[in-house]
Amino acid sequence: MLPQPPNRLLEGSRLSASIVEMKVIIAKPGLDGHDRGAKVIARALRDGGHEVVYTGLRKTPAEIVRATMDEDAAALGLSTLSGAHDVLIPAICQGLLDEGLSGILVFAGGIIPASDRSALHDLGIRAIFGPGTKTSEILDFLNEVSSRKDSGEPVGVGESSKWRWE
Amino acid sequence: MAMGVNEEQILRSALQGSRRDLSRLLSLIESGHEITIPSQKSWTLGVTGPPGVGKSSLIGNFVNYWSSRGDKVAVLAVDPSSPKSGGALLGDRMRMTSADSGDSVFVRSLATRNHPGGLSAYISIMIDCLAACGWDRIVIETVGSGQSDYRIAAFADRILLVDGPDRGDIVQAEKAGIIELADIIAVNKSDMEGSEQAAEAIRSSLSMDENPPTVHLVCSHDGSGVDAMMKDIENCIYEARCRLRARERLISAWDFRLLRHPELNRVLDLLETGSITVEEAVKSLSKSEE
Repeated sequence: MLPQPPNRLLEGSRLSASIVEMKVIIAKPGLDGHDRGAKVIARALRDGGHEVVYTGLRKTPAEIVRATMDEDAAALGLSTLSGAHDVLIPAICQGLLDEGLSGILVFAGGIIPASDRSALHDLGIRAIFGPGTKTSEILDFLNEVSSRKDSGEPVGVGESSKWRWE
Repeated sequence: MAMGVNEEQILRSALQGSRRDLSRLLSLIESGHEITIPSQKSWTLGVTGPPGVGKSSLIGNFVNYWSSRGDKVAVLAVDPSSPKSGGALLGDRMRMTSADSGDSVFVRSLATRNHPGGLSAYISIMIDCLAACGWDRIVIETVGSGQSDYRIAAFADRILLVDGPDRGDIVQAEKAGIIELADIIAVNKSDMEGSEQAAEAIRSSLSMDENPPTVHLVCSHDGSGVDAMMKDIENCIYEARCRLRARERLISAWDFRLLRHPELNRVLDLLETGSITVEEAVKSLSKSEE
């Protein structure tokens, strides 16, 4: 039996309150040229029913914040393997706050040493996915995020909740 | 269904210049909220053509050209939704924006969400909102299903057809369709072999027309041919394709209405189980409108 397609295929409008699928930006900040992981994630999210905007390589924090705003994305995933995460990710988080985007969910992936993760979580990064993460885990994470949002918990980068994905 | 208070606030804020609220306004429109705005005077260009020919890259060229001359350019880039998952990979914007883009460029990616024709009637409302918010040039990039992309005529005053070097045998070019609809035609990737032949094939298939559009040979990477094409776009006295435009607008509005019909799911259930025929389904939906 075929799985039921999501509502939006049967009806033109999305007026129903609980929508699991989100618009997600997958971004590659800085000079890191490794994009295979980001593309794999982007495709997996699409197969999970999300609308994914992939920014392409070598984007500045300002460009990533701008894309998040213009696309009215609900979530932003940052992929970094070049070691610049401790400079670029805080810059992006600050940029989001400056533009009034504190409600955006931000997560990260790539090569981010365990010792650096706590600082990122403190900035509001709700999940950090290392190499070998199953794509299904990221989909589960986004589902969890949706449920929390639906029940009113603030999971944005600038919001008060201390929740993080383990 | 009238516009709600929340929608009104967001609309007003967007009209006053809030980029954040313009973005939110577009989302409201996309998700079916009623946004009332009077029809605006706008400058629109539809870009269509097969996948992979470089539409997005060329749009990147236009964006640079116009924004360097002080125009504010908005792009609505449409990509297909997966019929299975409902999701979409929206990859056009990455070819268009560069570090210099800044405030005078606004790119919004849209998924077709399996609307018939690939473009939903809400695009028309989005165009009106963008124009009302001061965006001088609005470009709509379609999915590029190639020969059947007439729907763009419902929304764009000017149509640019982009093609590429691999597609230029004369048979392809002569198939009636979007090639006859285009105001300007560009063959991209002029640095690749086969592009000159493709351009020639298109020119010869149009040579019987009274006023055939110029076929430009361009290369979005190095910019060659782009300036000439831009001038052609700007000087375009587009034909008043009144009848076709009216037809496409009507069909688009009709589809829009059908997909919002309150009885749609019930009728689909009956149709799916074979309890009613397609003709009965159509009749049922038309009747309950009265």
